[in-house]
Formats: sequence, C-alpha cells, structure tokens
Amino acid sequence: MFSFKTESIFGQTKQLEREIDQFVDILSEVGLVFKTIIPSYLSNGASNKFDEMVKQVSEMESKADKITKEVERTLYEETLIPDSRSDVLRLLEHMDELIGMYQGNCYHFSIQKPDFPEEFHEDLKNLTETVVNCVESLCLTVRSFFRDIKSVRDNAHKVTYYEKESDKQFSSLARKIFDTDLSLDKKMHLRYFVEKIDRICDHAEDIADEVQIYAIKRAI
Amino acid sequence: MDLTILVFLLGGLFLGWSLGANDAANVFGTAVGTRMIRFQTAAIVCGIFVILGAVISGAGTTATLGKLGSINAMPGAFAACVAAGLAVYLMTKSGLPVSTTQAIVGAIVGWNIYTGSSTNIQILVTIILTWVLCPVIAGLIAMFFFILTKKLLQTTSLHLLRLDAYTRTALLLAGAFGAYSLGANNIANVMGVFVPISPFTEINFMNILTLSSTGQLFLLGGIAIAVGVITYSKRVMLTVGNDLLKLSPVAAFIVVISHSIVLFLFASQGISNFLHSINLPSIPLVPVSSSQAIVGAVIGIGLLKGGKEVKWDIASKIAVGWVVLPIIAALISFVILFVLQNIFNLTVYF
Repeated sequence: MFSFKTESIFGQTKQLEREIDQFVDILSEVGLVFKTIIPSYLSNGASNKFDEMVKQVSEMESKADKITKEVERTLYEETLIPDSRSDVLRLLEHMDELIGMYQGNCYHFSIQKPDFPEEFHEDLKNLTETVVNCVESLCLTVRSFFRDIKSVRDNAHKVTYYEKESDKQFSSLARKIFDTDLSLDKKMHLRYFVEKIDRICDHAEDIADEVQIYAIKRAI
Repeated sequence: MDLTILVFLLGGLFLGWSLGANDAANVFGTAVGTRMIRFQTAAIVCGIFVILGAVISGAGTTATLGKLGSINAMPGAFAACVAAGLAVYLMTKSGLPVSTTQAIVGAIVGWNIYTGSSTNIQILVTIILTWVLCPVIAGLIAMFFFILTKKLLQTTSLHLLRLDAYTRTALLLAGAFGAYSLGANNIANVMGVFVPISPFTEINFMNILTLSSTGQLFLLGGIAIAVGVITYSKRVMLTVGNDLLKLSPVAAFIVVISHSIVLFLFASQGISNFLHSINLPSIPLVPVSSSQAIVGAVIGIGLLKGGKEVKWDIASKIAVGWVVLPIIAALISFVILFVLQNIFNLTVYF
C-alpha cells in the first residue's frame, strides 16, 4: 500500500516538475515570438504573418492557462508542498498575467493598428528587446527558485537591471514622440503603446521581488 | 485467570492509551502539523511500529524502571498506572505535550512513599539525569543534522517538488523509526510495573514462536498505545507541529529523526553492550521523555536560526508541566492507593 503511494507521489512530482517547466518555457517562447511580432508589424503592418504570430501567442496563452489549472488541482488534491503551495500558485498566476500582457499588446497592435513613424522604429525594437530580455531573466529566476535557490538573487538582479533600462528607453522614446509635430491624439496613441510594452517589465520586476521573498521562505 | 487481574491490567492499558494520545505527537506531530503526512497514515504507521518496538526491544528500560520501586501487588501497580495515566490525561487535555516517563516515575515514588518502601536513589538520580541529558542530546543531534542537511541541499540543487517528495518519504520512515523507538523506550512506563507480577504464562505458537509472559504484557501495552494514537493524538500533534516553532518540513524531519535517535540510544541493549565491549561507558537503558527529546530538538534548530523564532513562553509552559506532572502523579497515586486499601480493602503491597 505504502510503496504504491510512494510511487504515485514520485510519479506526480515528475509530472508536476514537467508542467511547471513547460509553463516557464511558454512564457519564454511567447517573449521570443513577441520580439519578432513588433519588427514584423513595423515593417509590414498587420500582415498575414503578423496575424499568424498573434494567433500563436493566443494558443500559447491558452496552453499556459490549462497548465496553471492542472498544477493548481494537483497541488491541492495531493496536498503537495503544503508550505510553499500558495507561493507557487501565486507565482504561476502572476507569470500567466505576463503572458496575458504580451497577448494584450499583440491584440492592441492588431486592433488599433498604431502608425509609428520610421524614426521611432529602432527605439521601439530596442525597447521590445529589453522587455523580452527582462522576462527571460525572470524565467531564469523562477527556474532557479525551483532548482537552484542560490542563483535566485543573481537572476533577479538582472531583471531589475533590464527594468531600469526599459524605463530609460521608455522615457527617451516618449520624450521623442512628444517632441515631434504629430497631433496630440496621435502622440498619446503612440505613447499608450510604448507604455504598455514597458509595463511588462514593471510586472516582471514585481514578480522577481516576490520570488526573492519566496526563496527566503524556502530556507530550512 | 482471575477476572480482577484483567481489571487491574486496565490501569496499565489506560496509561498506554494516554501515552499513545500524547507521545505519538512527538513522532508524527511535526509531519502532521506541517501537513506533509495525513493524520490517518501517521496513526496507522505509528500504531504498527510502536507495537513492534514494544515487543521486540522493550525489555532494557523495563528492567531499569523495575529497580526504582518494585511494586509487588496487582492493585498497587493498578494504582500507579491509573495515577500516571490520569496525570498525563489532565495535561494532554490542556494541549501540552507532557512526559509519561515522569508521570510513572512520580506514581512509583508515590507508591514507595505510601508503602514506606525505600526508593532506589541511585536509579532515581540516573533517571532524572537522563531527563536533563535527553533534550540536550536531542538538541545537539538536531543541530548537527540541520547543518548537514543545509549543506547537502545547497550542493544537490533538488527541485522544490522533488525535495517535497523525498521529505515526505523521509518523514514517514523517520516516524516509523521514532514509533519503534517510542515503543521500545516507553513500554516500560506502561507495563513495567506489571512485569514482576505478570499474570500470563508463556505461549508457544506451533514451536515456531514463543511469546513470554512479559512479551504478552508488552504486546497488550503496545496495542493500548496504538489505540491512544488513533483515537486521541490529533490535537496534540497539531500543537507540537505548529506552536513551539514554525518548522519547515525538512526541519520537521530533522526534529523527528533526532528525537528517534535519542529514544533508540536509551533503549538499545545492542548499542549499550557494544559500547561496554569497547570499554566505553555504556548508555543507561532508561525510559526517557519523548516530549523532552522533541522540545530539545526543536530548540536546537531554533537556536541555530538565531533563537528569535522559538516561542519561549510555550517552551516554558511545557517545562512547568515537567515539574508539575511527577508531583501530580505522585499525589494521585497516593490518593488511589489510600482508596483501594481503605475503601475497597485491597492489598496494595506485601
């Protein structure tokens, strides 16, 4: 009886480890797709390729949702990691919000079709790259929370670094936008998109801060 | 067998039940309190291993307790057990993990005083010394394991979930070992006073297995402890698990294994003989307090963490229980002996 139970605990553990890894993979992949979507939009507008990538992000978001629900169900039904359970679930929820933010940005580009003058293209691409790097560092932070707690602080530090970079890039781009002769409504429309991309970094930094606290709580 | 003898044995069984209700918390309390192991699983494993420990390794500590005061009449043994059981029950009711060892020692001394028998001071001093040594050793072992485990976890980089699965398994194994040690070490508290006046005769099972009269007493006592675990230990388990110090599951494992090692050390004739054979001082086989061992281990870890997290008020409440319990047990023992002798006209000593 006990050997069976023990086996099932280890089996479920491996399955859960895989699911959590998959979830982090999805967040990382969504970032990589997002990094391609923005240049694609800036070059070709809302083309078929752009729509396909938006659809791809949407599918990844649904997959991440499913994993979150499955992990939540298993953690509660099998009473696994009782003392870290709420932290892990909150972490997954907040990371899911990040995926949602990527998706939201894609939809807004697809629906509102902002018209970025060419002089801002390079800055917007750079901002996007910094944001994706920031989330990528968050993925490393989360992975180290589960596997290598010593590295949490180092990886979280990178998130903070990219967040600061992104803030600088956002301010600079916003300033450039408002320094042009575009109409105010257009300026505000462009600023809205730049700000929305930058917010991904802010959220990533909040999550990295949370992970650092969870890591302290994990100490025996 | 005379039916009254069975009735008198009920005193020991009641004490066993009290011990199970109270001391199982020391073995599985931290695991159940941190919700790493379900109470039902803990109760079943604890029950089985307590019985095994009592029957296989219970003789050493029983001999020591017998030397403290050799109760020579069944009603006297009954009085001592009921007194100890009542004292433990009263303390358990208040949610405090108390020591059955101190209760039975108090009750035996109560019998000695009532009957005018001499108390073997040397044995009493040895027992009291172990009361002091037991939490100290448990604390030191816990500190050692804590440092070792921390280093190990830093180098192995286990996944959080994998660590959780290993910790559960480790808690279950440590709990089983703890229950075995508890049975081996503390069966003397439950049945020790009946051994010199055991009403049973040896049973032979088809020339394969022989169960001595003492073995039968230990089996009965072990079953009584198991019943106590299953019926009444949940509340104390949650007290031990949560109140003294908020323990992580890994720390809970360290506490249980440290406690189990201490109980095993003071019950193992094998280790004692081995130390003696290599000219080292042998460990006295004394029924030690399981509660003291657990508190010692928890405080040991708390001190390594800087001492701020230990709730000293609860630790001190438990310490007060240690002093009050033997006195209460001795007084109850005295009163019951008086009642049995003067109202029921029973012979409580020869």
